[in-house]
Amino acid sequence: MNRSDAGSTGPAIVAHELTRRFGDFTAVDAISFTVQSGEVFGFLGANGAGKTTAIRMFTGLLAPTSGSASVAGFDVATESDRVRERIGYMSQRFSLYEDLTVRENIRLYGGIYGLDDATIRERSDVMLAELDFTPSVTSLVRSLPLGWKQKLAFSVALLHQPVVVFLDEPTGGVDPITRRQFWEMIYRAAARGTTVFVTTHYLDEAEYCDRLSIMVDGRLAALGTPAALKREYDVPSLDDVFVRLVRSPVADAG
Amino acid sequence: MNTTPTHRTAPSSWRTLGAFMGKEVRHLLRDRQTLLILLLLPLAQLLLFGFAVRTDIRAVRVLVVAPEPDATTSALQDRFAHSGRFELLPTTSSIDSLDVLMRRGMVDVAVVLEPGLASALRSGGTPQVLVVADGSDPNTGTTMRTYATAVVRDWQQSLGAAPASVRIEPRLRMRFNPTLESVNLFVPGLIALILTMVTSLMTAISLAREKERGTFELLLVSPLRPWQIIVGKVLPYLGLAMANVITVLLAARMVFDVPMRGSAVLLLSSATLFSLVGLALGVLIAAVTSSQLAAMLAALGGTMLPNVMLSGLIFPVASMPAPMQVVSHLVPARWFIEIARGIMLKGSGLELLWPPLTILAAMLLVLLTLAIRRTSPRLA
Repeated sequence: MNRSDAGSTGPAIVAHELTRRFGDFTAVDAISFTVQSGEVFGFLGANGAGKTTAIRMFTGLLAPTSGSASVAGFDVATESDRVRERIGYMSQRFSLYEDLTVRENIRLYGGIYGLDDATIRERSDVMLAELDFTPSVTSLVRSLPLGWKQKLAFSVALLHQPVVVFLDEPTGGVDPITRRQFWEMIYRAAARGTTVFVTTHYLDEAEYCDRLSIMVDGRLAALGTPAALKREYDVPSLDDVFVRLVRSPVADAG
Repeated sequence: MNTTPTHRTAPSSWRTLGAFMGKEVRHLLRDRQTLLILLLLPLAQLLLFGFAVRTDIRAVRVLVVAPEPDATTSALQDRFAHSGRFELLPTTSSIDSLDVLMRRGMVDVAVVLEPGLASALRSGGTPQVLVVADGSDPNTGTTMRTYATAVVRDWQQSLGAAPASVRIEPRLRMRFNPTLESVNLFVPGLIALILTMVTSLMTAISLAREKERGTFELLLVSPLRPWQIIVGKVLPYLGLAMANVITVLLAARMVFDVPMRGSAVLLLSSATLFSLVGLALGVLIAAVTSSQLAAMLAALGGTMLPNVMLSGLIFPVASMPAPMQVVSHLVPARWFIEIARGIMLKGSGLELLWPPLTILAAMLLVLLTLAIRRTSPRLA
């Protein structure tokens, strides 16, 4: 994919022996992988496996203890300002401002990312049309149903057209129909060239990813396309892959 | 639709800051209830302090005990009646009922005159006057005694007593606040209190709310820099704080005639400096706490309490135990109250007030540095 954005012509995310320790506890243990531009990359793992710590390092919220990582071509430790301009982020906690209107939230995030008013207006019109957003843009976010809030939060995270968007358990607590719509949005973003890095613990969702990685106790226990992983472990579903990895002492196997 | 991300330049700091600050202003304006409280509470406090919480005393009930009422003693009664502070009770001729009346709280001060006072004066003697005050509240008692003694002394002089000998007569005057109006003393302290509330407490709560709801993470992964987050958070509250200072000063002047002898500009600049100290403290508190409740309690305990108790607002610094006096040096409000009283009551200018101003500026520098460092995303 040809991008005018310097630094993003290579892979979207590269992790090399990325490690983060908290005292004696190693939350992320020397993980290495590469995510290509435009890929939908699933990041799976049980609670406490180190997913959130890894995301926090990629987004510049946490410094690596050792190893390195680059996002959109820039080092997360030394060039975090440049990384931050090029990523979008949606946390597992729903995070638009409830006491602001839909329009005010859009303007806020557009403004923080340095978009001018005309661009914000133009892109939000397109975005709301694509969302089929039926509530009024002058209604407070507080008054929207959860599904709308989540879809809106994702769209807002894409407003500045990031190179990579990080989604931390974006579909927690929403109904299956909204989840499906949400994944359609993810595909649309990927088709436009935005790399999507998504954590989830719904294994049916993992099937939608181009490739996925499974973290166990801070290590990268498996990495591949859903089909390849099922083949490798000779099981019919990702559920089985996951259960097998989490149960077996992978940490020793490396 | 264009599918590739456009060429990007680093977002302009001011645009980014402006977008963020606009959001803070909207938060403030949207929560009408809180805003109304923040705007009206200071006025309510001023009226409360001005009318109800007073350390000067009015309507002291005074009983003159005159065994031989005559023109001389009624001159004394007239003086009490016209002093504006006393409520004159019907004169009695006997001291017998005094104890009972005071016990019942019907008499605050009694002035007991000697029998044969007039004739003693005429013959050049030195008759004695006994002033008895209700001492169950020592502060009030002392004040009432002082008032009563002053009236008696004036009266004594008007009688032209002791013309024969030359005496050195001390004349007392309370400078800067000659009528000892306690409201004059409270207004600077009240401003400190209000500023602390609006700055430290409100910013701490507002930032802690963002942390609690997860919006803070979004700000940290955005191109916003820590100083922009802090400035954007702080400036709208600074505006609110200044609005409060101005309304309280105007109300104090119109309702209580509180003087402004020095430069109003210097006072407002000092208030801005003091507010910035409070705001930095609020940001710092929010940075080290993880919930709104914890931030609120920390702000109350860490800023409101010392600013009220150790600043000289209620208890004079000079009468604190020595260790507390040392601690009071760390309390920003102590310095601000010194500045505000200096400007408002004494008309002091920069040439006298630079030391406390420098101390506040130094506090701001330290707190701001800490706040920015604690807000940096890399700290976890």
